[in-house]
Amino acid sequence: MLAQQLTNGILLGATYALFALGFTLMFGVLRVINLTYGFYFSAGAFIALFATRAAGMPIWAALPLAAIGAGVIAMLIDRLLLSRLNRARNPELASLMVTLGGVLALYSAATAILGSDIRRLPPELIGAEALLIGGVRITMAQILILIATIVLVSGLILLLRGTRLGLAIRAMAERPDAAGLMGIDTRRLASLVSFLSGALAGAAGVLIGLNFNAIQPYMGEEMMLRGFVVVIVGGLGDVRGAVIAGLLLGVIEVATAGYLASGLKDAVGFCLLVAVLWTRPSGLFGRSAVRRA
Amino acid sequence: MTLPDWLYPGWLDDFLWTYQNVIHSLGINGLLALSMYVVLAVGQLSLGQAAFMGLGAYSSALLTLKLKLPFLLVLPASCITPMLFAFAIGGPTLRLSGVYLAIATIGLGEVLRAVYLNVDYFGGALGLSGIPDSAETWMIYGLLFAAIAVLWLIARSGVGRAMEAMREDETAAQMMGVNVGRYRMGALLASAMLAGFAGALSAHVSSFIGPNEYGFEPAVTILSYALLGGIGTPLAPVLGAWILTLLPELLRDVTDMRSILNGLIIVLAVLFLPNGLLAWRMRRIAAPARPR
Repeated sequence: MLAQQLTNGILLGATYALFALGFTLMFGVLRVINLTYGFYFSAGAFIALFATRAAGMPIWAALPLAAIGAGVIAMLIDRLLLSRLNRARNPELASLMVTLGGVLALYSAATAILGSDIRRLPPELIGAEALLIGGVRITMAQILILIATIVLVSGLILLLRGTRLGLAIRAMAERPDAAGLMGIDTRRLASLVSFLSGALAGAAGVLIGLNFNAIQPYMGEEMMLRGFVVVIVGGLGDVRGAVIAGLLLGVIEVATAGYLASGLKDAVGFCLLVAVLWTRPSGLFGRSAVRRA
Repeated sequence: MTLPDWLYPGWLDDFLWTYQNVIHSLGINGLLALSMYVVLAVGQLSLGQAAFMGLGAYSSALLTLKLKLPFLLVLPASCITPMLFAFAIGGPTLRLSGVYLAIATIGLGEVLRAVYLNVDYFGGALGLSGIPDSAETWMIYGLLFAAIAVLWLIARSGVGRAMEAMREDETAAQMMGVNVGRYRMGALLASAMLAGFAGALSAHVSSFIGPNEYGFEPAVTILSYALLGGIGTPLAPVLGAWILTLLPELLRDVTDMRSILNGLIIVLAVLFLPNGLLAWRMRRIAAPARPR
């Protein structure tokens, strides 16, 4: 029972970590809170839905397609909404407001076009059978999520720590103006980071849609609450922190639902968020003091 | 309320009866716009206005339904819960950069919706119904105009100048001795109070409240009121709220597109009209030496 709960918690936490990864990357590099992030998650799920339902694609083709599609949407929205804001007086709040308005328009438009009914991916996409390992039951969708999370997280860390591109991204996160002076094309890099985050969100949308099997336009907004908890508990802009905080949140939620009351499951993450803000505002693993303008 | 005939002619009754819902929502949305204005006026962004309103609505409805308190007691009590939540969230976040307050307040809205939905005491998905319609039109407008008047006086005073200084340049304001933290907390508490009143009033004119009325969409709508009007004076956001409340009434076709429209208004206002549609500036008691 305990082992099963722990496994469920870790697997749920992996989905949260996967979702929050792109969000924290976007903040870490571009220094904007992009609230349209949840929409890329929904967009990825819907692209996979149409690719599998209408075009009959298998999951290994639909997943990258959805990631690329969501990444392109993210790049376009970044161009349209955020690249104009650089000269604004208070870029942090302006970017919050503009993406908030943008995401409401996007969700409402998507609901108007697609309807708010809950849709499902074709059941034959991934086997319904589950593995039993030492009395612990794991579904195929959960295994796929675990593998995808491990691949994407290690891929992202490798990219950031081991390549020249990653060096440029980290330089831009540190000092955008200095990075520009060193010959880094910061505008193109910003587009690329938007694409990467959007693609991560899109992939998360497919995988989580596969696991919970409920796809509707506002699914990204419901996920954003978890995203906020994970990025703040892990420390804004901290990729490793987000992974650990995601796993932690998953375990805590499952434990709350299992041992306290399932109605409190959604609230416990938020209480964690407020507690972290009171005690360790730069995140559980934060090193430096909070950046101030 | 009875007034002499010359002050309260009969046709007014018919008019008020026909357009009662619109008149109520104009007043309540005006209060919500003011609650957004107070926070924006100190250069912060709280997205918890709808959540604070929901807390006011739920606590007032529970006080009325479970404890059978009279509405004139319920109304002032209804702002206590939102203010407590505002304090719990504002305490840590107002010391940090503005991003944290925005994130924590938007999260508050989402989590409260989940709590109302899942906890039986709050009526679950059905919400709370059978709330008596004890909020009168004069209470709504009395509160609205009192709030406008108080905020207007504050904006004209030295406090208003300190608030504007914080908004323009926080560091400079601190150097001039403005206690930034205290002003921010005061603004957030005032904002939660106004939203709590609005919630209690709306619960007691509509007889029903549900978990989905205080979620993401209303939160963004309230921001669009303030951004359309601008925050130059307290009147501007109220007019913004009135325009956006009346627009769907006048143009029936717009109703379905309302959320898209509200979202686009925010985008356009931030990108092209940073001072809002009504970009008046407050005139001071002691006029500045020269207008810039």
